Amino acid sequence: MSTVTHDHPHDLSHDQDHDHHDHKPTGIMRWVGSTNHKDIGTMYLWFSFTMFLVGGAMAMVIRAELFQPGLQIVTPEFFNSMTTYHGLIMVFGAIMPAFVGFANWLIPMQVGAPDMAFPRMNNLSFWLLPPAAFLLIAAQFAPGGGAGVGWTMYAPLTTQAGPAMDLTIFAVHILGISSIMGSINIITTILNMRAPGMDLMKMPLFCWTWLITAYLLVASMPVLAGAVTMTLTDRHFGTNFFNAAGGGDPVLYQHVFWFFGHPEVYIIAIPAFGVISQVIPAFSRKPLFGYASMVYATASIAILSFLVWGHHMYTAGMPVETQLYFMYATTLIAIPTGVKVFNWVATMWQGSLTFETPMLFSLGFLFLFSLGGFTGLVLSVVPVDVQLQDTYYVVAHFHYVMVAGALFSAFAGIYFWLPKWTGKMYDETLGKWHFWLSLIFFNITFFVQHFLGLAGMPRRIPDYALQFAEFNKISSLGAFGFGLSQLLFLYVVVKCIRSGEKALDRQWDGADSLEWTHLPSPAPYHSFTTPPKL
Amino acid sequence: MNSEQKNKDNIKMLTRLSVVALLMFGFGFAMVPFYERLCQVTGIADLLQPNAPATNTQVDKSRWVTLELDSNMHGMPWDFKPMQNSIKVHPGELTQLSFSVKNNGKLAMVGQAIPSYGPKQAAPYFHKLECFCFKQQALAPGEYREMPVQLVIDPNLPKSVNTVTLSYTFFEVKGANLTKAGKPG
Ligand code: HEM
Ligand SMILES: [Cu+2]
Repeated sequence: MSTVTHDHPHDLSHDQDHDHHDHKPTGIMRWVGSTNHKDIGTMYLWFSFTMFLVGGAMAMVIRAELFQPGLQIVTPEFFNSMTTYHGLIMVFGAIMPAFVGFANWLIPMQVGAPDMAFPRMNNLSFWLLPPAAFLLIAAQFAPGGGAGVGWTMYAPLTTQAGPAMDLTIFAVHILGISSIMGSINIITTILNMRAPGMDLMKMPLFCWTWLITAYLLVASMPVLAGAVTMTLTDRHFGTNFFNAAGGGDPVLYQHVFWFFGHPEVYIIAIPAFGVISQVIPAFSRKPLFGYASMVYATASIAILSFLVWGHHMYTAGMPVETQLYFMYATTLIAIPTGVKVFNWVATMWQGSLTFETPMLFSLGFLFLFSLGGFTGLVLSVVPVDVQLQDTYYVVAHFHYVMVAGALFSAFAGIYFWLPKWTGKMYDETLGKWHFWLSLIFFNITFFVQHFLGLAGMPRRIPDYALQFAEFNKISSLGAFGFGLSQLLFLYVVVKCIRSGEKALDRQWDGADSLEWTHLPSPAPYHSFTTPPKL
Repeated sequence: MNSEQKNKDNIKMLTRLSVVALLMFGFGFAMVPFYERLCQVTGIADLLQPNAPATNTQVDKSRWVTLELDSNMHGMPWDFKPMQNSIKVHPGELTQLSFSVKNNGKLAMVGQAIPSYGPKQAAPYFHKLECFCFKQQALAPGEYREMPVQLVIDPNLPKSVNTVTLSYTFFEVKGANLTKAGKPG
């Protein structure tokens, strides 16, 4: 804090230059061999955005087919493949790498470390992603087309699917290894590399959320790897884990998958909580309300997330006592989640609020994520879920938490840190346009899906009964609008990088983490080569 | 802290976390025997694998029904007959029947058998599990084939009905794709 003087923004970068010449390799090799956390963060973010467009294009195919009842545009097989790879690519290719990108950029700067703990492993973590993405896309062209098994990859569909399934399993393995290495890097950086004086309970909440997420990843990703490995050996090596004819049990797959799957949804949500916990205090010009309770709430969400997987399987056949247990455990999660929402609202209470784009996206997150949490509570009630399982109500639920939750939070974070990363300001008017278009089209797309689900429309089906026609048409129109609005985002970012106005070192006066208070904008290539004085 | 010490600490952390990841990979596999035990202990597995040999409690041993079989050709040079003319069955019992068919014509042909039942009110009580009438039959000139039917007569068959008839008529499927229609087996 004390070293920042707004009048002399260059002094800071000058200091850095003296103890470390700000040289970087140029051309393509800068990126291929980079061990610099900022370069790697940038690559993660661009990779994520590319995958967002690929997965988004698949969503457009899905919504185009569902625009009208009947089969118009694609075959049912291709439709199934689109729902499968849309889910896989959005979860593993877009959302998760986006937040790993944030982690790379921000964690070393926020804890006052020169880089990540294992820079070369960091490079490997990133470069595993493009081959995995390639496999997922190549699976579309395998004999028999993409595997139409759903992103949850349930047996026995997967044990019977064509060669595309093998490519998909291999891709999941690679993605898993990448995120485990990334997580180990993050945990080690946070626990071992903090600057003197940066106590754990003084870290920005973003670091805390990533520390917890990384533990979730290390504990749950290997279980997914196990599940798909069993699928692979069932397919090719004569084992019978999930093959009922050989004494195996397809329901076992669901247990193993969801033991990973529910922590996974929090792997997506918790870093989003972290971003929101940085943005809201900055635009409220108040410290985060209830910092310690935020940490404990996040940790309890993480622990609980390992104990509730059965809520995805109420109808898969389980004793009523087990259903009751999973129902109570699931509703319990609403308590720490409620604590977080309460704290965000309390942070804004009596703050001097302004509504720049990052704040708008955070508020959008707050409203819509809470709505998704409510529908989650509805689904956690067994007799209700028996009706709603595998309907569009579930689709609406998880898009509220994943799109309006995680994705909106990623947008908030990008607008918030772009000035720090690029040293330039984005166009505020266009940013606001991006927010309002996204907000409106998102709700047009997904709000009506609650009604469709309540009326009984099943998910993952290319055709539907006539009474669902109106809502589907509305939803498809919303989806096309949402898709187009994201091109505006690309334009805003490119425009900012190319010709944005110069940003201040502390562009947001309420932001108080080290990257704002101790570093110039843009953040120098090498920062905190000697630990900052705190 | 000097940087060498820091590196050592980092590597230690890396090793520990890798071990955790490996253990969790093993944990996924450990769920297999764990669930098996759990299902045994709680008796869930018994629901799937009864320890008594399968018996059919639905069979009404107190009652015999005569099942008559009948066959007709609709303008096809095929020789089509049941392999037994009538049998006695208990309602609820799984019954196996066979029909034979031979193409006496000079051309390969595709036929489709259509069932009918008598008396008319007995029709809903026929449950066919397997039938040659489920698909088209293609026969080369001179080809002979035996075709199975598996059925159960519903125990709820009205008490007043003691004799039922299952009749099939073969119709030619004109313009059918000879290679696609059913082959023996
Ligand atoms: C209060 C918090 C939450 C509760 C109580 C909750 C509850 C549920 C329940 C009961 C289901 C199963 C519905 C069914 O299949 O019938 C479900 C599905 C799902 N939830 Fe949540 N949820 C919550 C938060 C989240 C969050 C934060 C995310 C992700 C960011 C998420 C992502 C998903 C996904 C992806 C599915 C569908 C999985 C699939 O079948 O493809 N949920 N949720
Ligand atoms: Cu869940």
